[in-house]
Amino acid sequence: MIPASFDYLRAGSVEEAVTALAGHGEDAKVLAGGHSLLPLMKLRLATPSLLVDVARLHELSYIRTGGGQLAIGALTRHGELQRSGVVRQHAPILSQAASLVGDPQVRHRGTIGGSVSHGDPASDLPAALLALGATFVVQGSAGTREISADDFFLGFLETDLHPDEMLTEIRVPAQGSAGWSFQKFTRRAQDWAIVGCAVVRGDTDRVALVNMGPTVLRARAVEDALAAGASSGDAARLAPEGTSPPSDLGAAADYRAHLARVLVGRALDEASAARSTR
Amino acid sequence: MRVSVTVNDIAQEHDVEPRLLLVQYLREVLGLTGTVVGCDTTSCGACTVLLDGESVKSCTVLAVQADGGRVTTIEGLGSEGHLHPVQEAFREHHALQCGYCTAGMVMAVVSLLAENPDLDERAVREGLEGNLCRCTGYHNIVRAALSLSGTGDRG
Repeated sequence: MIPASFDYLRAGSVEEAVTALAGHGEDAKVLAGGHSLLPLMKLRLATPSLLVDVARLHELSYIRTGGGQLAIGALTRHGELQRSGVVRQHAPILSQAASLVGDPQVRHRGTIGGSVSHGDPASDLPAALLALGATFVVQGSAGTREISADDFFLGFLETDLHPDEMLTEIRVPAQGSAGWSFQKFTRRAQDWAIVGCAVVRGDTDRVALVNMGPTVLRARAVEDALAAGASSGDAARLAPEGTSPPSDLGAAADYRAHLARVLVGRALDEASAARSTR
Repeated sequence: MRVSVTVNDIAQEHDVEPRLLLVQYLREVLGLTGTVVGCDTTSCGACTVLLDGESVKSCTVLAVQADGGRVTTIEGLGSEGHLHPVQEAFREHHALQCGYCTAGMVMAVVSLLAENPDLDERAVREGLEGNLCRCTGYHNIVRAALSLSGTGDRG
């Protein structure tokens, strides 16, 4: 399968990339690792007229700590997140989620910024970032702005990124002593999650779901129940509330709802155990 | 667009369309047909090659993305009568049936051992999850990889 023709620009700076994006509107796409975009282009589900290759902007590949948070450059690859001692120490749920993305070959190429920008509800990293309460830093023609993960994912493969903006950095609060768990249910190795969930239990409980609607989403009913003092088991039963899981070849919607209850239950218990043993 | 890639230690330079996939470049421009296309959807790993030392699925990389890089294909590992240790281990343990996945499997094992020379069975199985063998001959493939774990013998 061969993608439709496109023009190719290798950006030498974020500014150059943004200028190119601004000049082409929605016909241009940012290329990083290409492991979400190129498969879509090969199927001709995406036919951008211009690819702006940002993969050589090595200044966007970093993992830094400071001020109680972790700052991760958008071009940091999944394999780097998986193996980074700093990420394992300060945001272990992110390292764990990265280790479950695709397979080693995919993790050698795919980037955290690409995964977030793609906005696939079946992706692992966006759910982990939602549970962590991440902030995304984006740069566009109008300058730089910060977007909360809670406000970023708008619909299926749709985010708050404007056509002339690119994601440059992901910031997450250090997990500290918060308990955590990442659960992913797949039928086959290397698959996307049929359903997944990310739980971080710190001062408050944050629960995010994978593939339970058009975007990754917070399980608000579960969080509210926990805040009101419900047991993990009782709260987990509310996991499908407010979600709209798809029915597809992977699973029917009601089976996904069942999985959400089971996985959230497991994740809450695992996160509690992790917190109490610290 | 002009691309310069070092493939199996030989510098190559060609004008290519931006949409040319790395696997097409290797097979159709350079004639290196040891790398095969399987699923063509980033799943099966048959097209796995090393890009700057790391395993990648060459059906999901554009040739222009490899510009300036170093690519190793199955042809670059050993030679007739002088197999690479991973190829030798595959031969010794009969780690193939129909052979279609073999080149990709070998390249994936080379990359896996480079990242972690001490592998247990679980690490091998997880490390090869990006490579499918439709003959389901995984057992001997895992054996071959395990035979090299901890030996430092990975070429």
